Amino acid sequence: MQSSMITCKDFLRELSDYLDDATDPALRAELEKHINECPNCWVVTDTTRKTIQVYKGMDLHPLPEAVHHKLMNALAQRAAQKQAKSGS
Amino acid sequence: MPDQPLQAERAPVSAGEGDLVERAKAGDMEAFAELVRRYERRIYRMARQITQNDEDAEDVLQESFLKAFEHLDSFQGQSKFYTWVTRIAVNESLMKLRKRKSDRTVSLDENIETDEEPIVREIAVWDDTPESKYSQEELRQILDRAIDSLKPIFRTVFILRDVEELSTEETAEVLGLSIAAVKSRLLRARLQLRERLTRVFKRKGDGIFGYAK
Repeated sequence: MQSSMITCKDFLRELSDYLDDATDPALRAELEKHINECPNCWVVTDTTRKTIQVYKGMDLHPLPEAVHHKLMNALAQRAAQKQAKSGS
Repeated sequence: MPDQPLQAERAPVSAGEGDLVERAKAGDMEAFAELVRRYERRIYRMARQITQNDEDAEDVLQESFLKAFEHLDSFQGQSKFYTWVTRIAVNESLMKLRKRKSDRTVSLDENIETDEEPIVREIAVWDDTPESKYSQEELRQILDRAIDSLKPIFRTVFILRDVEELSTEETAEVLGLSIAAVKSRLLRARLQLRERLTRVFKRKGDGIFGYAK
């Protein structure tokens, strides 16, 4: 089988799909070969993966309790209006 | 007396989403409230991250669920309820941004990025665990500032895909974009964030091996 050369530019274009495991196996093998031979792309892959992970683990903005209550009150009010309108 | 919940009619947590939607459509307010409780945290977090503002996030949360409540009849059930509300909330969030910044870059339709190559400048390994070096609050600020530095079109895609963990297809549906556009924006968003965070998290001292005189 003929192996095509992957450049860093090509690699970068596929990086997201590679990290999401969304490439077909043949391309994946080529990308892996490239990372093993190219320290820069290895570092970029590693730090991009860490970027995604660090955001996944963080609940940056928890819902304040007061905001939850305001929302529930607003909904109850709207529901009451709707009911009044429908003439019950 | 046993600890009786105040809302005796509260829908069981295990109730299926479709079932809750049907009951809410039939006028069961408690079923709708259960849908709200399921998704309000995610909707708030997303709105807060897109708008970067507490007050706007609160408004978006409220407006989105009130709109969903008003227009429940038009919800067809082909997509998930969560995806539907997310779509409403994203639109509300972008509207807030436009108002606040009167910023013409706040558009999802822009085609600015498709011809550009993704950019990588900083290439450096990170400290082992950024989490252990910074307090939760410091880390929160670092991550928040990095997200804030992205253009809204990139920020929104990143939040939906990588924070809220929607699939590429769901993200495309929510934003009314093609799969290809979602993918290309996600790649750029990830790389831009990586760039920002590398400046903060890179292992100090590596430079002396390569570049110090």
